[in-house]
Amino acid sequence: MTPLLVLFGCLGTLLALMPVAILCRRFSFVSQLVYVTSLMASSTALGAVLFHLLINPTLASSLQLPLGLPWLGAHFRLDALSAFFLAVVNLGGAAASLYGMGYGRHEESPERILPFFVMFLVAMNLVVLADDAFTFLLSWEFMSLTSWALVLSHHRQRGNLRAGYVYLLMAGFGTLSLLLAFGLMAGSGGEFGFAMMRAGELSPGLAGVVLALTLLGAGSKAGIVPLHVWLPLAHPAAPSHISALMSGVMTKVAIYGFIRIVFDLLGSPAWWWSMVVLVIGGLTAVIGVLYALMQHDLKRLLAYHTVENIGIIFIGLGLALAFEANGLNALAALALTAALFHVLNHSLFKSLLFFGAGAVLTATGERDMERLGGLIHRMPLTAFAFLVGSVAISALPPLNGFVSEWLTFQAILVSTELPQWSLRLLVPAVGALLALSAALAAACFAKAFGITFLGRARSQAASLANEVDRLSLGAMLIFVVLCLLAGIFPGYVIDAIAPLTRLLVDGNMPVQAGEAWLTIVPIKQSLSSYNGLIVMVFIVTSASLSAFVIHRIASRKTRRAPAWDCGFPDSSTNTQYTAGSFAQPIRSVFGSSLFQVREEIHMPPQGSTEPARMTLRMRDLIWEKLFAPIEGLVAATSARLNQSQFLTIRKYLTLVLVSLVFMLMVVALWR
Amino acid sequence: MIIDLFIQFIQMLAVLLLAPLLTGLVRWVKARLLRRRGASIFQPYRDLVRLMHKEVVLADNASWLFRAAPYLIFATTWVAASLVPTFATGLIFSWAADLIVIVALLGSARFFLTLAGLDVGTSFGGLGSSREVMIASLAEPALIMVVFTVAMIAGSTQLSTVSVFMLSPEVGLRVSLGLALVALIIVALAENSRIPVDNPSTHLELTMVHEAMILEYSGRHLAVLEIASSLNLLLYVSLISSIFFPWGLANANAAPAELFTGFIFYVGKLVVSGCLLAVFETSIAKMRVFRVPQFIGTALMMALLAALLMFVTRSL
Repeated sequence: MTPLLVLFGCLGTLLALMPVAILCRRFSFVSQLVYVTSLMASSTALGAVLFHLLINPTLASSLQLPLGLPWLGAHFRLDALSAFFLAVVNLGGAAASLYGMGYGRHEESPERILPFFVMFLVAMNLVVLADDAFTFLLSWEFMSLTSWALVLSHHRQRGNLRAGYVYLLMAGFGTLSLLLAFGLMAGSGGEFGFAMMRAGELSPGLAGVVLALTLLGAGSKAGIVPLHVWLPLAHPAAPSHISALMSGVMTKVAIYGFIRIVFDLLGSPAWWWSMVVLVIGGLTAVIGVLYALMQHDLKRLLAYHTVENIGIIFIGLGLALAFEANGLNALAALALTAALFHVLNHSLFKSLLFFGAGAVLTATGERDMERLGGLIHRMPLTAFAFLVGSVAISALPPLNGFVSEWLTFQAILVSTELPQWSLRLLVPAVGALLALSAALAAACFAKAFGITFLGRARSQAASLANEVDRLSLGAMLIFVVLCLLAGIFPGYVIDAIAPLTRLLVDGNMPVQAGEAWLTIVPIKQSLSSYNGLIVMVFIVTSASLSAFVIHRIASRKTRRAPAWDCGFPDSSTNTQYTAGSFAQPIRSVFGSSLFQVREEIHMPPQGSTEPARMTLRMRDLIWEKLFAPIEGLVAATSARLNQSQFLTIRKYLTLVLVSLVFMLMVVALWR
Repeated sequence: MIIDLFIQFIQMLAVLLLAPLLTGLVRWVKARLLRRRGASIFQPYRDLVRLMHKEVVLADNASWLFRAAPYLIFATTWVAASLVPTFATGLIFSWAADLIVIVALLGSARFFLTLAGLDVGTSFGGLGSSREVMIASLAEPALIMVVFTVAMIAGSTQLSTVSVFMLSPEVGLRVSLGLALVALIIVALAENSRIPVDNPSTHLELTMVHEAMILEYSGRHLAVLEIASSLNLLLYVSLISSIFFPWGLANANAAPAELFTGFIFYVGKLVVSGCLLAVFETSIAKMRVFRVPQFIGTALMMALLAALLMFVTRSL
């Protein structure tokens, strides 16, 4: 009970900050006040939920507050699942507050950010805590609206208004889907409590419909393809610490919604629904990373890459559904652990990378990678942090991204246990997609880090950049350490996830804490095992040993000279590879169908001094084929409806009468 | 325990010492096939010693990453190579990292190599890096699919267990194994920048990939990178032989005599594969860079087919 009360104390503090932020907007201290308080509140909340998760995870404490509808009240509940996700939310919130203390100083209009920032944190906490559909949906919508306001905090910048518009539409669509899903689960009794839904049993067909609606609702918030279109517009538009929260944390709240509804509240849907989730996961992973590779806006690249990671998480969830439907609970626990581990990992390194992108933005005023470069010299600490994030997100050992991907691969390998032929055929194909997306992710971050931080500065702003303040750096370094710790001590994270899998799929992975040398063993030792600590020790030892030996017995002389470049060094920084040219080989391999890439090269006639030109045309087929028609339809319909604002009173009365008669007829027929 | 540690240590040392020899051998056989006299097979060692004692000429704007990258690349490749059984299966640390980890370690090495290529900001470096990631984006999934196939057959992703299983009579002849072998060979050619994907002896050419990335390196840094790329070749040869041709591999607790025979077998395998590689490289022309995706795509498709066959026909 105590952690829940502490949590509500923290949320109350955050709520109280909102009026303070609005009332004191004229004073310069308010920004620091809000961030410091929210840092403390989030850290306290983090401590409380970690206490719950690690000390007595099987205990579920609930609380009813007399809020909302008078006969319903608002139900809140803290169990292992919500504790895990609350830890992700509050860790992200605390780090964003710390980062905001430094980053927020450069903000021109803090009053457009601060009130919504605290409300956003509160809303995300409430979604995870909610124990009835009404509170859940209300908090969910609240989370959407506050983040929408934050997306529009720099509303005068180009493109941000459109981003806000698309986001609002997609958020409305998502909430509507979830509303329908809850409506189906509540049944005709109209019981909105999660406890009743858990007890109720849906027919398999209806359960499938609920799953599909949840996939639409929570999936659109998380960013599954093809519902991801709002995400790369909205996430980069917000200030960077908000981008980190939206990409690193809010998408995880959406994943929480999916897990809560599908694994906890819903009975067991038919096994073939797992195929839908697997296909969506695999396609989301590959398409997301391909889109990310084509970007040259650093923050948008990161946002598209979130889509890829959501795909990886959904692959794990799909596998868990498949195993659970066939009663293979231990394997379902493995797949679910992989997905949840990736939830944690992604929240760590994506927040880190967005903080890094924010630091670059503060230092140079640029998000366009074609105008950056060479920042490793000017901003060494930011570069180091961003490098660690890049290695982690590219799933390279010994950092944390690799562990969750390795677990997902292990879950794929044991799927030969599945009895259904179609799943056995599908799963290796999804495995290939996962491997492809992992390789492309490494390419994507070689590009993101290489073009932004290495090479020579491509603009004056980049060549004059200065390292950002210590608080921002501190927030980044915390995540650097956490990425490393989760990578070399994965057994502890897996053990912390075990209560969740016991709760959701009634099975758990073997206890890892007792394994020798902190090895992780997903099923049994003879099958597979991994030890991040030893790999790390090996790499560090052999690297330093070789460096030591060579410096000792061979030469240690070093001389600086101009770059060689095969004898033709060019002083112009334009001859470097750019983000576009770096991605060109991959674009030509993968992009011809997905992006309909057309490259036209115009060479001047011989003897002419005019420059040669290359025109590159790329199309976003998902937007053009799926969303542009919908957008057109919505615009046309609203233009048509717009006329109804200027009718005469007679026409209004007729309209009212006709609709009344219509409604009455519907009711009469229904009875 | 002590014996196991000793064998592990010997294997780590052996791969390090034998790697330049394999490179030298391939070069020598290639030269003989081209009717040249060719440098001695020990030439790579002399090159390394010479490079180590030269001073390093760093580009003016090279960062710390450029100087650290060679050691990181060497370390990850060496760790990966020491996890592959060479002449004995009883690797004491094989439980710490399975085949997927080996693939990912090679991925780390490649990641830092591409970054090193971008660091100085020259056009050649970027060219090499961007092509390398394109090749890797197809080769790595193919490799993972080969790993899936092999793991499915042997019931484990640990390489030592896989080798032991492959030695046992219950393997039999499988279509999947054949497909996986061809795919793995194609991946090995691509990942070691051999003809037809890249030309290891090229320089000052627009078609180069690996050499373009290390163009700015000199002195001891270059030496370390050369050892790393020799190690990479040795690693792939050991990987192929320990999965598909594990004959003569000594057991975990074998007598010293058996270990010695195992070692002789291993050297024999190195010689045979070095000669085969040289013959293959001499008899084929280099591809255009944009033909390479089709070549490696074939490997990906074959490996995927092999994995699919395994998933359908067998349960663990």
